Amino acid sequence: MCETCGCEGDTARLTTLPAPGHGHGHGHGHVVTLDQKVLARNDDLAGRNRAWLGERGIVALNMMSSPGSGKTTLLERTVADLSPDRPISVIEGDQETLLDAARLTAAGARTVQVNTGAGCHLDASMVAEALTALAPPDGSTVFIENVGNLVCPALFDLGERARVVLVSVTEGADKPLKYPHMFRGADILLLNKTDLLPHVDFDTEAFQDATHRLSPGLRILPISATNGDGLEAWYDWLADL
Amino acid sequence: MHELAVAESVIAAINTQMPDSRVVVVHLEIGRLSGVMPDAVRFCFQLAGEGTCVEGARLDITEPDGTGDCASCGTSFTARGPLALCPCGSTDVTISGGADLTIKAVEVAGDV
Repeated sequence: MCETCGCEGDTARLTTLPAPGHGHGHGHGHVVTLDQKVLARNDDLAGRNRAWLGERGIVALNMMSSPGSGKTTLLERTVADLSPDRPISVIEGDQETLLDAARLTAAGARTVQVNTGAGCHLDASMVAEALTALAPPDGSTVFIENVGNLVCPALFDLGERARVVLVSVTEGADKPLKYPHMFRGADILLLNKTDLLPHVDFDTEAFQDATHRLSPGLRILPISATNGDGLEAWYDWLADL
Repeated sequence: MHELAVAESVIAAINTQMPDSRVVVVHLEIGRLSGVMPDAVRFCFQLAGEGTCVEGARLDITEPDGTGDCASCGTSFTARGPLALCPCGSTDVTISGGADLTIKAVEVAGDV
């Protein structure tokens, strides 16, 4: 992931830089104070998305996890279980392919696929464009399945109501400590694939301790998107938003 | 890759505000708890800046720390990482600051 710029967690990456300052020389002109947030444009667009969604009573959720932790399977199941009573649409983010969009369409959700190409996260402008294409009905739910990545998506507000982070028990209990930014920003944490707990070496208590060290009080819901364990609590949480 | 997006956002913001200037230095603040690596931003800034008003400009980066407030002993301390441990040994710490990404100022060549 991200070999171009090395955004793989906090481990140091050595980058050999070209000699600085060639071309323009330094400091011979005047200083202009800007004091501007770097991501001001994204944050502004995210604010517009949030207002647009709010005016229509639409709840949008930013779903984030590593690749393969079960976001799409969870959404398939959620769409199948809830969409008879509640219109659900999905913005599906992947670097390439329409595979996940096809799965969610088959499950019964209106879906727009965003392929980010070289990009490793969704941003607010992509979501704005996807919302326009999707035209979700008033009072509905929109799941935004972010690109599978525990690093980059943490930085970009999309205009969502809440951030949902998934971890599966096959990934290891130390994930929160390795990717602290993602877990600190989460509104709820879903621990998926609990049906595999008898077969893998996953220390649930250590996982909870690591999570609460970063984000005291963060709610952890153990679920299995495959066999349905724990999903009622997930649906209750969604209903309360 | 988010460092590339950060570098592109810096360049776009400056280009919008002063499209006709020749920028020689950009003063950028990257908080130590922001999850953004300054070296990677420098790398991307050089690449993404080509053909813009910041081409060849020097990137001057400062990295402010965050503050940890300990719920166990009540003291505040400097937090240099997201897993801050209070000097008293407690992990019941609330962290503030140190996560901002800000373009503080630019220096513009005088001959334009």
